[in-house]
Amino acid sequence: MIVKKEHFRQALQHSPFHPRLAALSQTEEWTGWNGYMAPRILDKLSTEYFAVRSSCSVMDLTPMEKYRISGTDAYRFLDRLVTRDLSKLKPGRVTYVIWCNDEGKLIDDGTLFQFDEVHYRLCSQHHQLDWLMTSSMGFDVTIEVETHDVAALAVQGPTSNSVLKEAGIDGLDELLPFGIASLYCQDFPVTVSRTGYTGDLGYELWISPDNALQLWDAIFAARARYDVHAMGLSTLEMVRIEAGFIMPGFDFNTAESAVRAGYDRSPYEVGLGWAVNLDKGHFTGRKALLAEHSRPAERRLKKIIVEGNKPVGEAFIYDGKNGRRVGEIKCATWSPILKANLALADIECAGGNLPKHIWARIDYQRELKWMSTWAECRVVDKPFYRPEHRAATPPKHY
Amino acid sequence: MTERVDAIVIGAGHNGLVCGAYLARAGLKVLFLEARDTVGGMTSTCNIDDDHRIPGLAHLSFPVCPGIRKELKLDDFGYSPGKAVNTIALDESGRHLSIGQQIVSAPGLGDRDVSAYVQFKKEFLDCAKALRPLFESKPPRLKDMDFADKLTLAKLGWNIRVGLGRESMYEFLRVAAMNMYDVLEEVFDDERLKGALAADAVLGHHMGPRSPGTVLTWIARLYGELNGPLSVVCGGPSQLGHALLQSAEASGATVRLRARVKKILLEKGRASGVEMEDGEIVQARLIVSNADPRSTFLDLIGAPELDAMFARRVSQIRGAGDVAKLHLALSGTPEFTGLSASDIENRLLIAPSANYVEHAFNHAKYDQYSTDPILEITVPSLHNDTLAPRGHHVMSVTIMYAPYCVAGGWQEQKATFEDQVIAQIGRYAPGLESLIVNHDLLTPQDIEHKYHVRQGHWHHGEMTLHQSFMMRPVHGAAQYDTPVDGLYLCGAGAHPGGGLTGLPGRNAAKRILATGTST
Repeated sequence: MIVKKEHFRQALQHSPFHPRLAALSQTEEWTGWNGYMAPRILDKLSTEYFAVRSSCSVMDLTPMEKYRISGTDAYRFLDRLVTRDLSKLKPGRVTYVIWCNDEGKLIDDGTLFQFDEVHYRLCSQHHQLDWLMTSSMGFDVTIEVETHDVAALAVQGPTSNSVLKEAGIDGLDELLPFGIASLYCQDFPVTVSRTGYTGDLGYELWISPDNALQLWDAIFAARARYDVHAMGLSTLEMVRIEAGFIMPGFDFNTAESAVRAGYDRSPYEVGLGWAVNLDKGHFTGRKALLAEHSRPAERRLKKIIVEGNKPVGEAFIYDGKNGRRVGEIKCATWSPILKANLALADIECAGGNLPKHIWARIDYQRELKWMSTWAECRVVDKPFYRPEHRAATPPKHY
Repeated sequence: MTERVDAIVIGAGHNGLVCGAYLARAGLKVLFLEARDTVGGMTSTCNIDDDHRIPGLAHLSFPVCPGIRKELKLDDFGYSPGKAVNTIALDESGRHLSIGQQIVSAPGLGDRDVSAYVQFKKEFLDCAKALRPLFESKPPRLKDMDFADKLTLAKLGWNIRVGLGRESMYEFLRVAAMNMYDVLEEVFDDERLKGALAADAVLGHHMGPRSPGTVLTWIARLYGELNGPLSVVCGGPSQLGHALLQSAEASGATVRLRARVKKILLEKGRASGVEMEDGEIVQARLIVSNADPRSTFLDLIGAPELDAMFARRVSQIRGAGDVAKLHLALSGTPEFTGLSASDIENRLLIAPSANYVEHAFNHAKYDQYSTDPILEITVPSLHNDTLAPRGHHVMSVTIMYAPYCVAGGWQEQKATFEDQVIAQIGRYAPGLESLIVNHDLLTPQDIEHKYHVRQGHWHHGEMTLHQSFMMRPVHGAAQYDTPVDGLYLCGAGAHPGGGLTGLPGRNAAKRILATGTST
């Protein structure tokens, strides 16, 4: 544990990578992330953004919630926890999972790593120990928080494979998307998974906090040949929207944070129905989802492209220009690479159908004067940005 | 080949039998699977030794709900409530109190208490009457009510407002959430009377008279009294269990004894049958569990087959038994100071004051048995002379409080506790000890093993407000159907709870016939 006895004296604790992040930070724009001090922006948003889209960007993932799940019933426990059929998950592989409460409302999402039949790692957006413990009744399973015991670094972007090779980590060329490899960097072990939250080629590296700075330095030594940047949460927000990834607790209320009835969301309502398998054995929320599945979804979280170039902040969605209000934008970004306003919007679907013409009313400022305009929205089903090189194995070498 | 029936009832206690009998009458092929070697559950008779038999757990009861008695033709099958008995609240100095349904009398009892008792009983029996629609129907859901739920609430509202009348309604609403102790303090002066009534309000519960909700448990007890006077359970063909079984069998139901269910089998989330302890499988499209909710869901189904929060709610059900039962085989008729031979046929109660009862409960809060417990004594052999050899008798004693988990462990504490209780009765019945030829004490842990009920709780779960009505046993399973399709609850763990009313069984059967038979 890197949590020190006196940790409470510090409002936000430092990640093991903090000395390097602090040295790189030109803006001192820090924010709290899961109890850690995390950078929003280190130098310039555009620099960080273009690094991840055209070269390589590094992000400290240590604050992400991580759970070590082990025991003879670990598989059965997880299969009952998540909505997906885990029988296809194999040792050395990662899968995206979501889990619901009894009412079939989403609690959180995350990535599930299978190291072997009895050892797993679950990474989640929010703190889940309570729910995991509640769900563990009747299973021979051990659940440990390893958030502070495992330092994690995302290395993302088209040249990320080359950068890691340059940093001295060999053996990544054959690693398939969602694969896990146990490798070495110099003389210390590194677990590498080909996963990420950017929609680009990329890896996540899992190591002991003791080796954190060594790993960082090894990667940044590759700057001699490659462009390597560190990025903060603001860039991550841009690229994850481009990639079409949703964020529980931000794009929709999770079951545990929703106070008012109807403010929580089911997987079908946020477009995650594909991650629900009603035919596998019992899992929490199955009965509720089975009932919901037979009804048309009353609202959906959809990817939309908002016409025009006015910055989309918080905006309402209407059924036709000047029409009835039917929803709202949950998150939005200008995509420099697509030259478009991208957004996720929560939209009412009367009878299961989206309105034919979706418009957003955008309020924006021009020289501090508030203006208002209408913009038509186009619904997109595929991720906005999904480059070919993302999945190429072996990745292109630079 | 595996046997296939329409409905399996797990547990042939009285509620299981009531439910199964109704289902059989509706034309379903019903099979009772009973782990023990007799039906009737806690009302069945058991042996103290080869010569002496005694009612196992419930030794006193009110008549079963008249609707059930009539609809299942129980009188045709031999059922008859026993001879009415009074309660004699014992006083160590011999100034015993005799409490009947309407009349109380004792040496030194003030006129004010005598008349207050008449009024008190009437008022509370009226309250029990007003709550009848709630007891005799499935508890209404507050969200997504169906027509039956609305009807129940409408009847309940009518009964409370119009049935009770304005003044009584105000009084009912005032006292309903109070504790029994405070109500008794308002009404009575006599300590003996307050003690006896306080004991009635808490009998079988892990509550003292000052615990919240004890007015409601008292009203629930009075609901039984609406059906007729209390009588001693004493075995024989007139007993409820026998009559219920015969009624069910007459409609084609069958029973298997010594048939313990190990697991409820599921097929695609639906209950499809049961696996017996010997591995045999019996299939059915309806599984009705008269086992307590925790055993049903956590043992027979298993938490992994349930939603996580529901499983947790079930695991948190409050229901640790707090009652022990003492059986004595006697070589002669016991004699109580100040009581005639015929007086001993009644229910004898040792609960000399409300404070005594509350003190007795104090111990149980800290995992100790009461040093001066409440004792409820009957001599069933005075009502059925086949229970003991000529000249011999059997004495049945319900003891409160004896917590399920006692500090030091029951193994160590049992003999001391038993001696203490016998000595305590001896203070009222000198010479009792010399009559004892055999004895047997059932702690809640023994009750758990013998009757297959989690933590040995009479009522399969505390009848606190938060575990009553639409929250009994937990929300999500409070209308007899459960999150597991095809699985229903019909026991005391379901609404309206414990007592020999048969209502959970009947309400469950109605629910099953209304919803469960089409699929």
